[in-house]
Amino acid sequence: MAYSDKIRNIYTSTIDEIREKGIFKQERYIHSSQAADIEVEFPTGSALKKVINMCANNYLGLSSHPDVIKAAHEGLDTRGYGMSSVRFICGTQDIHKELERKVTEFLGTEDTILFPSCMDANAGVFEAILTKDDVMISDRLVHASIIDGIRLAPAMHDTFKHSDMAHLEEKLQLHADKRLKVVITDGVFSMDGDTAKLDEMVALCEKYDAMLFVDESHSSGFIGKTGRGTHEKYGVMGKIDIITTTFGKALGGASGGCVSGRKELVEMCRQKARPYLFSNTIAPVVVSGVNTVLDILSKSTERRDKLEKNTEFWRKGLTEAGFVLKDGDTPIVPVMLFNAKLSQDFSKALYEEGIYAIGFFFPVVPQGQARIRTQISAGHEIHHLEKALEAFIKVGKKFDILGKTKQEIIAKYGQ
Amino acid sequence: MDEMKDVVLKYVINEYLEDEDEVLTYETPLISGGIVDSFSMVSLKRFLENKYKISIPDDKATPEAFDSVTKIVKLVNEFLK
Repeated sequence: MAYSDKIRNIYTSTIDEIREKGIFKQERYIHSSQAADIEVEFPTGSALKKVINMCANNYLGLSSHPDVIKAAHEGLDTRGYGMSSVRFICGTQDIHKELERKVTEFLGTEDTILFPSCMDANAGVFEAILTKDDVMISDRLVHASIIDGIRLAPAMHDTFKHSDMAHLEEKLQLHADKRLKVVITDGVFSMDGDTAKLDEMVALCEKYDAMLFVDESHSSGFIGKTGRGTHEKYGVMGKIDIITTTFGKALGGASGGCVSGRKELVEMCRQKARPYLFSNTIAPVVVSGVNTVLDILSKSTERRDKLEKNTEFWRKGLTEAGFVLKDGDTPIVPVMLFNAKLSQDFSKALYEEGIYAIGFFFPVVPQGQARIRTQISAGHEIHHLEKALEAFIKVGKKFDILGKTKQEIIAKYGQ
Repeated sequence: MDEMKDVVLKYVINEYLEDEDEVLTYETPLISGGIVDSFSMVSLKRFLENKYKISIPDDKATPEAFDSVTKIVKLVNEFLK
């Protein structure tokens, strides 16, 4: 037997250690489609509970939109279920090219290549376009998938302090002798909900002849006046050399991602990016859905406008109630609790009140920065947010943190 | 020597410490103490090479050799000679 007791014990003790550290992750089973109102089985085996979802990446409420579902059905009927191929053998349909054209137009770039996910796009892009003579300079809070992509690339890697432009400039000077320089950032940072200063970053990249890479997974579809992303918000559309983004969040929420940007860089990905070359094409049903999502968003800004209003309502309500929030204006609204156990207890108490929101703590966020990350959606109506706010206030009172400063919460619960 | 120690200490504090209250001495373990990770050693190495006009071979730029300000200064001095 290859899987001996010795081997099994190694894994069971490792899993036990994860439990003992209190960082064991457990799935909650949802028995409905993704929406503001969902039915959840939690703990496993318990009766279904109707709750308001405050932690989905479904920013535009398109995950279960009737037009998107209809388009997915049409894709299934006319292009089949699967392609049983990578893109370059026999996995490229007309609708895949249509989606690449639409994304290019939506993001205001030169060209686009689809990947099975944005995780794959981030994992593949740096290795495809850089050599050992180059340098990658990344913000210290970029997403884990970017860090994995950086690890796979042969180029040198350095970092700059989160959103610190003076530090970034120092690093661009330090690495001035490199053949190519790429500055790497998220557009919207997923844990804090703040945005990268892309106008300043573009100026620095122009000054030091560096390329700029932005992951727009938490921005595409709703940040900026017409929802094109963080580059639209900062007035630098057409100036970002590489954008990666996902179709798994605001843009329908199914799966898939892309690299969009300078045409030579996209071509390099088509020739060399391993997750593109060695992983299956996106299923036709998903491609059809995303094509329709982009049609909806190109016709009207109604959904991102509603999301903006909902976000304002939610931030204002929580602030007036006396919670400590992370500053920002995106639909990611972190309610700061600082203590890991408090974040877990708070999340449980919210669930009892019919609100589904998850507590995040180290190592997902820095030590002593535990929080409940709430995410607002255009799928929320004001009555959802009112009910959620009521529950937050009730639970906030229970734990006696309303109107308390960071120091007071830490003094009460520890860091 | 002491001047170099202060230059390196100041660089490490500015570059790696997030918490202003944290105290760093010449002997504080940087790599084994989790203050500087192996990724971040790259910029430290480049800083030293640019500042002191030296070239530190990769096989000498080990986590052990970079583990405190005192050790870093010793390493730099080897290549200054």
